[in-house]
Amino acid sequence: MATTETNVAGSENIKLTAKDFATDQDVRWCPGCGDYSILKQVQTVMAETGLLPEDIVFISGIGCAARFPYYMETYGMHSIHGRAAAIASGLKSVRPDLSIWVVSGDGDCLSIGGNHLIHALRRNFNMNLLLFNNEIYGLTKGQYSPTSPAGKVTSSTPYGSLDNPFNPLALSLGAGGSFISRSMDRDPKHLREILLKANQHQGTSLVEIYQNCNVFNDGAFMTFTDKATKTLSTLFMEHDQPLIYGENRNKGIKLDGFTPVVVNLDEGHSADDLWIHDETDKLKSSILTRFFKPYEDETSLPRPFGIFYREDRALYEDLMAQQIADRKKKGDGNLDALLSGNSTWEIK
Amino acid sequence: MFAGDSGDGIQLTGGQFTNTAAQLGNDISTFPNFPAEIRAPLGTLAGVSGFQLKFGSVNIYTPGDDCDVLVAMNAAALKANLPILKKGGVIIANESGFDSKNLRLAKYADGINPLDDDSLEDYLVQKVDVTKLTREALKGSGMGQKEIDRSKNMFVLGFVYWIYNRPLEKTIEFIESKFSKKPELKDANIQVLKAGYHFGETAEAFASRYEIGPAPLPKGTYRSISGNQAIGIGLIAAAKKAGLELFYGSYPITPASTILHELARHKDFGVKTFQAEDEIAAICSSIGAAFGGALGVTGSSGPGIALKGEALGLAVILEIPLVIVNVQRGGPSTGLPTKTEQADLFQALYGRNGEAPLPVISTRSPSDSFETTVEACRIAIEHMTPVMLLSDGYIANGSEPWRFPKSSDLPSITPPFAKAKTNGSDENYLPYKRDEKLVRKWALPGMKGLQHRIGGIEKENETGSISYDPDNHEFMVKLRAERIEKIAEYVPKQELDNGPEKGDVLIIGWGSTYGSIKTAVRDLLAEGHQVSHAHIRYLHPLPSNLGTILKNFKRVLIPEMNMGQLVQIIRSKYLVDAVGLNKIKGMPFTANEIKNKAVELFND
Repeated sequence: MATTETNVAGSENIKLTAKDFATDQDVRWCPGCGDYSILKQVQTVMAETGLLPEDIVFISGIGCAARFPYYMETYGMHSIHGRAAAIASGLKSVRPDLSIWVVSGDGDCLSIGGNHLIHALRRNFNMNLLLFNNEIYGLTKGQYSPTSPAGKVTSSTPYGSLDNPFNPLALSLGAGGSFISRSMDRDPKHLREILLKANQHQGTSLVEIYQNCNVFNDGAFMTFTDKATKTLSTLFMEHDQPLIYGENRNKGIKLDGFTPVVVNLDEGHSADDLWIHDETDKLKSSILTRFFKPYEDETSLPRPFGIFYREDRALYEDLMAQQIADRKKKGDGNLDALLSGNSTWEIK
Repeated sequence: MFAGDSGDGIQLTGGQFTNTAAQLGNDISTFPNFPAEIRAPLGTLAGVSGFQLKFGSVNIYTPGDDCDVLVAMNAAALKANLPILKKGGVIIANESGFDSKNLRLAKYADGINPLDDDSLEDYLVQKVDVTKLTREALKGSGMGQKEIDRSKNMFVLGFVYWIYNRPLEKTIEFIESKFSKKPELKDANIQVLKAGYHFGETAEAFASRYEIGPAPLPKGTYRSISGNQAIGIGLIAAAKKAGLELFYGSYPITPASTILHELARHKDFGVKTFQAEDEIAAICSSIGAAFGGALGVTGSSGPGIALKGEALGLAVILEIPLVIVNVQRGGPSTGLPTKTEQADLFQALYGRNGEAPLPVISTRSPSDSFETTVEACRIAIEHMTPVMLLSDGYIANGSEPWRFPKSSDLPSITPPFAKAKTNGSDENYLPYKRDEKLVRKWALPGMKGLQHRIGGIEKENETGSISYDPDNHEFMVKLRAERIEKIAEYVPKQELDNGPEKGDVLIIGWGSTYGSIKTAVRDLLAEGHQVSHAHIRYLHPLPSNLGTILKNFKRVLIPEMNMGQLVQIIRSKYLVDAVGLNKIKGMPFTANEIKNKAVELFND
């Protein structure tokens, strides 16, 4: 690690690379797993942020994704199932200076850890929450997850799952999340861009990452990656830009009242008529999170990727520190005064 | 004993009397006893709230045993508490609490009023129509009847002050500050307090009034303190001594919540309190805070500790400092939230999956909770381990005089921080490299060059890398056990609290049985018996000299408010024929119960 030496030599402007964020551990995911791509993009983004490795902490729960911290040359904790967000909350409370990244899967984050997810989002610590969604339990060998579609046949549901799946982003927005986004393992450039923006956002940034589990749920997101369907089934949102997609960017979304409608731009509709994406509009963002039906044909609403919603609101750790600072304006606590309390008596 | 409906302000009345008694230098000991329901049906037995208080000029170690005076606000309060009133004791009864409705609710037979028949002839009954007199006192105050009736506890308090010849000043000060923004309530409560006092005087309620002189406590400056308050203050003191920020993650639960309340007030010490979404998040946030270099603490009661079990195991395998407070209550499940029990010892020692040893220490009284808390923090920090601190509802809510220390007299606590790299070497940091105590270093995020990963999967020693190697696992399990056992070398040896070094019977206790055992042993020694008392603070690892002490006695008696947990451990670890004395009534032992059992052993 030449970079460490250079840092010590006093050059603060040294540019770290993705390699500086890789550990000496063997990466143990199944060959072909989508996690490899995510790891690569995260390491690359870490280098781009300008953060020092010692100021970054990765915290995970249990699941395939949870091995992540062992592969990052930063501080890290591989904790227990579902609890990473709770651990991160305590850490951020006492160490607002750190850049904290929670790595979680759909089972970890939405099933056993669902409670911590919604409470972390409403509290709004400044941290990043990466939700690797592969719509399956991989580590336990292929049971359905809270994001698996109803009817999913798995080892625990040989006759099909009865559960209605979560819509993770609608849930997160409902819980008061201040940064709601989606990307995927197969689009490295987009993923890096979203990760960078998540890092820049002041607040709890939720990034849902569609991740292919090629062993237990191969092709779950194929619609969004396959050449034949991807241009019609995906919508990459840009702030202040009309919602346009399609093979020749010839399709758009229009709002008819509160109802989104797919229109063809070559059929008399102009880009000016289209829905202009506003990341700060909560109501419209909530409509976008509801673009959730499986893709059927070109009249289907596409699955949006990008930033659905962001808002600046107070950070929990700041409010916590502020209360203490306000109280301390009246004087620091005196331990002897605390020990003696307000009324004492002598025994002679 | 003050007893009435849970809405009668009994706890407040008892608390005020306690403060006043303490001011006068009386040795005091209290035991609030209130129903789980905030407002159980009025007048019923289930709704009886009690505040038992013992004070006097001999040292008081327990509020228990029988009481001399019972203040009963209604029929149910009398019925529920009569069994603990000494024969010949005084009953102060609120007459309007014995009307036909109250009598029916208290399940007295039709037409029977204990105040009017002969059933109480063993007692000195003083009937006072508190409700009516309070209404009279506030007639023309412009207040509604409901509001007026709410202040009747002040009438009783004033009356009892008169009986015990206590000054009203402290309580008047209290009323003035409590109702500083509501002058009409302030005036009314003071007026009623005085009316009760004057009523006692005018009515000449008792021929002779009680007079209790100061108890011979050791010289010094004292304050009154409750168990949970002492834990809160202890945590702040320990954090300060260690130079750490204090983080308390907790989820509300009876009887532990008042620790959270106490700490939340102390932002002037930079205390960060976090009311988590559940018990699991409470401990996990504390683990996160500890990872970041704070003194991470979580507190709960048995059911909450059960939920924290998995995270406790994580803290064990991470080898991270953490203090877990269990203010025990009656179990299992929801059990008896407002009653006391010591049935979580096994849970503290063994309540985790796998071999997951951690130090367990227990407080024996409200004032002892301070020192025990500081000690729990010291062990957690200096030995990089989660520590379970056991208290119980009896200690948490009880209060007693405390000869508080100076901050400069408190032990220093040294966190084993790692040092950030300065030489730029390429070597990987070894997060599980250990010193002679088998303690690893505490490397905090932000420290240059010490980046490392820790986790719940079995790890290789020193590197902390994941390892599934069979020999490594056995090695690590034994190492984790050994390093906790080693803590016995760094804590004080067991001492006898009272009695000779060799004798017939050794009574061993832990936790809140302290007062009852102490009183029993004092009496037994006075009667010429060869009996001693050892009270164990360090329940795991046990003190290194305990085995030697045990050998010096013919019999060993272990009273516990459970089915016999410590006794099982002592029997199996030291192969001695220790005998248990067990009480599972949600109530503390009386000294007599312990005395009687010890006498049985002498005669065996």
